[in-house]
Amino acid sequence: METRAEAHGSVGIPVAVSIYRHALVTRLTHWINVLCVTVLLFSGLQIFNAHPALYWGHFGADADHPVFEIGADEPENGPPVGFARIGSTTFATTGVLGVSNNAAGEAVERGFPRWLTLPGWRELSLGRRWHFFFAWLFVANLLVYFAAGLGNGHLRRDLLPSGQELRPRSLLRDIAGHIKLKFPRGEEARRYNPLQKLAYLAVIGVLLPVMVLTGLTMSPGMDAILPWLVDLFGGRQSARTIHFIAAFLIVLFVVVHVAMVFLAGPINELRSMITGRFRISVEDQHE
Amino acid sequence: MSSIQIPRRRFLALGAAGFGASLLAGCDRLSESPEVGEFLSSAEGLTYRAQRLLGGSHSLAREYAEADLSPVFKVNGTHMPEGDDYAELVESNFARWRLRIDGLVANPLDLSLQDLRNLPQRTQITRHDCVEGWSAIGKWQGVPLSIVLKRASPLPEARFAVFHCADMYEHALDGTGQYYESIDLIDAFHPQTILAHRLNDGPLSVGHGAPLRLRVERQLGYKQAKYVMRVELAASLEGFGRGKGGFWPDRGYEWYAGI
Repeated sequence: METRAEAHGSVGIPVAVSIYRHALVTRLTHWINVLCVTVLLFSGLQIFNAHPALYWGHFGADADHPVFEIGADEPENGPPVGFARIGSTTFATTGVLGVSNNAAGEAVERGFPRWLTLPGWRELSLGRRWHFFFAWLFVANLLVYFAAGLGNGHLRRDLLPSGQELRPRSLLRDIAGHIKLKFPRGEEARRYNPLQKLAYLAVIGVLLPVMVLTGLTMSPGMDAILPWLVDLFGGRQSARTIHFIAAFLIVLFVVVHVAMVFLAGPINELRSMITGRFRISVEDQHE
Repeated sequence: MSSIQIPRRRFLALGAAGFGASLLAGCDRLSESPEVGEFLSSAEGLTYRAQRLLGGSHSLAREYAEADLSPVFKVNGTHMPEGDDYAELVESNFARWRLRIDGLVANPLDLSLQDLRNLPQRTQITRHDCVEGWSAIGKWQGVPLSIVLKRASPLPEARFAVFHCADMYEHALDGTGQYYESIDLIDAFHPQTILAHRLNDGPLSVGHGAPLRLRVERQLGYKQAKYVMRVELAASLEGFGRGKGGFWPDRGYEWYAGI
């Protein structure tokens, strides 16, 4: 890791140091992943809208009981009412889920609103085209990331928490630090903190692979090729439900991730993911 | 320091929101372009080749047990084909119905339902996956398509089996509203590809495609053509419908629906 300290005289004065934080392959795969996940999310919601209900098990259709459902009730007098139902709990969601405005400003029945689907209008076939093209790119990008991360030590060195970091005391201290929005400074900022490592590992090591595998399980062709996929997730409809839950968790991660970037210093964080250079302040050790 | 950072943050937040909105608007504009649609479609060839490479002609769709059957097998697409011709077939319980096998074959065939029943049968409990996302498990019985095709002796130029159906799905002005579908010969000769005349131990109902429907178990529901009247072997998909090999493929859906 090269550092470029600016000249300062006396001991103990903080000095801004620019460190090389992200390898080119990390930055490239990060931004390709941003593009893929964005397109996959919005085209995925377009696909979901074709049958806005989720089931558990091997089968599930209109006559079967969904675990999650978005729909619309049509009262005898009055406009349609959108709802989302989880298990037996129903939420009124008119305006966003179940019933939302079309491009002409009229309230129409649809699962997710037009501003959350790709394309904005209802076209399952085009949603699928977007989804599968970017699914291929997403998988290729993930493979490049894993190959490079194993090869250059990025996964082991930067993401794998040390035994010490996993001790309850250090985790609790890190949690407290996050709650108080106190971010590591100086030498500590050279590394990801333990919660950060765990969050990245959970997304990269669990959520993204689960998205790929549950996606493959929904393909009847792949089910014939890899029958264990269906067993792994307890059925094609369970896989579809898990695909949706994992997508939701990825959105949750992105919200927290982007919030942390803004709280920790957006210019510095963004620059480090573009140019690789990250600025930290260390106490000058030179006389 | 902080007095500089706050406007910066606000600027970045606004920038991110604006970026998101313009990204979606941009994607909609891209979606309207036929060239972009064509470009995105290139993934279909990749999927087809990957699944054929990994699964080839041998990989089998899962077969389930009786206990796994869907209580209700959803009727989708055409519920009852329009027109007097089909109504008369239903009236006579398909007595005068014949399945025509022709095109690039040495020996064209006309088979009655009884002829099909007299051929070797296959029964399979499989999962039907609709492109919309739902699934239903049903028990199908019918004649393996391979047995019928072998009797018709395909010519070497044949590459696709095209299924002509009795239902007019859409009243398209160019006359391409008739339902049809097509598969390659790998799927046509796959052991689980059958011409089914029974569902869940009863004769195929009108809603499910009476008297005969295709089952091609490694692909999605819209490939499972109902009301099959004729199987034509062809060297190319040009000249059928709008040339993409099926009613839904002509309307933007993948011809290869293994995904």
